[in-house]
Amino acid sequence: MGMNAIEKILAKRSGQAIVKPGDVVVVDVDTAVSFDAGKPFIKKIHNPDMLVLLHDHMVPAPTLDAANGAKSMREFAAKFNVKNYFPVGRHGISHVLVAEEGLALPGNILVNGDSHTCSSGALNCLARGMGPSEMTYIMCKGKTWYIVGPTTKVVLEGDLPEGVYPRDVIHYLAGQHGDFAGRNLEWYGPGLEKIGMDGRLTMATISAELSVDFSLFPYDKVLADYLDGRAKRPFEPSFPDDDAEYEQVITINLSELEPQVVLPNKVAWNSKPISEVVGKRVDQAFIGSCANGRLSDFKIAADIVRGKKVAEGTRFIITPGSQDVMRRAVKAGYVETLLEAGAVVTNSTCGACYGGHMGLLADGEVCITASTRNFKGRMGSASAEIYMGSPATVAASAIAGVITDPRTVQKVEELA
Amino acid sequence: MSNKKVTGKVWKFGSDINTDLVIPNFAIYMKREEQPQHCFVANRPGWVDEVQPGDILIAGTNFGVGSGRPIGDVFVDLGVAAVVAESFNGLGLRNCVNAGLASLPCKGVLDLFDEGDIAEVDWGTGEVRNLTKGTSVTGQALPQDIQGIVEEGGVMAKLRKEGFVT
Repeated sequence: MGMNAIEKILAKRSGQAIVKPGDVVVVDVDTAVSFDAGKPFIKKIHNPDMLVLLHDHMVPAPTLDAANGAKSMREFAAKFNVKNYFPVGRHGISHVLVAEEGLALPGNILVNGDSHTCSSGALNCLARGMGPSEMTYIMCKGKTWYIVGPTTKVVLEGDLPEGVYPRDVIHYLAGQHGDFAGRNLEWYGPGLEKIGMDGRLTMATISAELSVDFSLFPYDKVLADYLDGRAKRPFEPSFPDDDAEYEQVITINLSELEPQVVLPNKVAWNSKPISEVVGKRVDQAFIGSCANGRLSDFKIAADIVRGKKVAEGTRFIITPGSQDVMRRAVKAGYVETLLEAGAVVTNSTCGACYGGHMGLLADGEVCITASTRNFKGRMGSASAEIYMGSPATVAASAIAGVITDPRTVQKVEELA
Repeated sequence: MSNKKVTGKVWKFGSDINTDLVIPNFAIYMKREEQPQHCFVANRPGWVDEVQPGDILIAGTNFGVGSGRPIGDVFVDLGVAAVVAESFNGLGLRNCVNAGLASLPCKGVLDLFDEGDIAEVDWGTGEVRNLTKGTSVTGQALPQDIQGIVEEGGVMAKLRKEGFVT
């Protein structure tokens, strides 16, 4: 029996001919990403060239502790002469930045001290989040271990209807199949060919909320075009063998989907078609994070709010995933359109998504968000309710002041 | 006789116990010694005052879903002797193991216990016994190499011993 694309990366990087579910493998890590604070207690480092250091959760520093953390990161980068250090000004959310900078590459193994690291799976890169102590271990040793999990093949067919987005696809999967704890996803199918890199990165990122170990997308024309002129090193993509083994195959017909909203507090088994939640009043609408802080998300939001105003009593906050997204969103006029509608466009940061800064929720408030998580207390008060939807759903809801189906919003260019 | 056997009083939690419940957002940047007192404040306020060293956590599916927050450190600092869950999120499991916390995926464990029962957990073999009721179930013990990380007291202890960190 052959191996799937995930198993082939694990076999190659652990120096084995074959790996199968249940095996424990020790692999060489290609790239290790760390953010916000240095690790001054490290005496010896495996290889500074494998490190990517940056600032994202706490930038610009909102507290004195964060400022001192950022200072320790600058010192750490200088001490070990780390080439791939991104100071404030060239900052971005780690998962957005490593994609933009061509540092997350097909067939590579990447680790990061943040749980949404599976985001880089969109680049055919075997990537997962690690805790702080394990990041230290990898920086020192250059190696880590995985238990090879069983893999589900997701096949996308058909085309996404107007008003339905990749974000809705991953919500639908979570609602229909729950969590994939200890398991992996590989994505294929003709429906995927028409989903661009921004959408794939959204789906790969939110795979973390389905508890996957890895979520891997194919190396196809869309990805090859994205990496052309961007990849910082040569790479070897991973393709499944013809007789690759999968635990199950899930086929999703995109043309039958409607917008999907995740209800508060958890993601697995918790999505509903938007028709079941429309009309819920919202205090805050948020678009951002490693899931939806990219240029296409700004475009979707700008197209919906153009010529309209954010509802009275509702705050609309949109946060770019990187300085580069911000620059391009300004150039394209999206930022101006959003500001004219009464939205707040912030600096690039993880900020509101994790309840850190720039958009926390007060007691009892309701939020509709296109960010990563809806856990109790995630974005501020533990009594706040967090619904999750696509950027279009969020923007439409910001204008109406209640959860709104984006398919019912008339856009300005349609009225003209 | 396995030396990987722990016995303690059971605290029962449901499914999808996430990292943000263990370490709430306002506590992320606190010092390690200040974090444990905020554990489960949103879903079970007061629990940290009741849990005793040697107690055992029993949970449902998808335990530890969420962020990279070092949940294992919090449980170790609270004196929790082992976590047994129907299933673990991969990152949650790593963070428990890396903290040196005995961890065991075990289908059927949630139904085996009522809160307050006494559990005997052999995380070397996977056998879990309810000493109060006289029932048992066998979970899937982690591979030997990974049990080894727990035995060494977690990854930081290992790195310290090898001179990589201060």
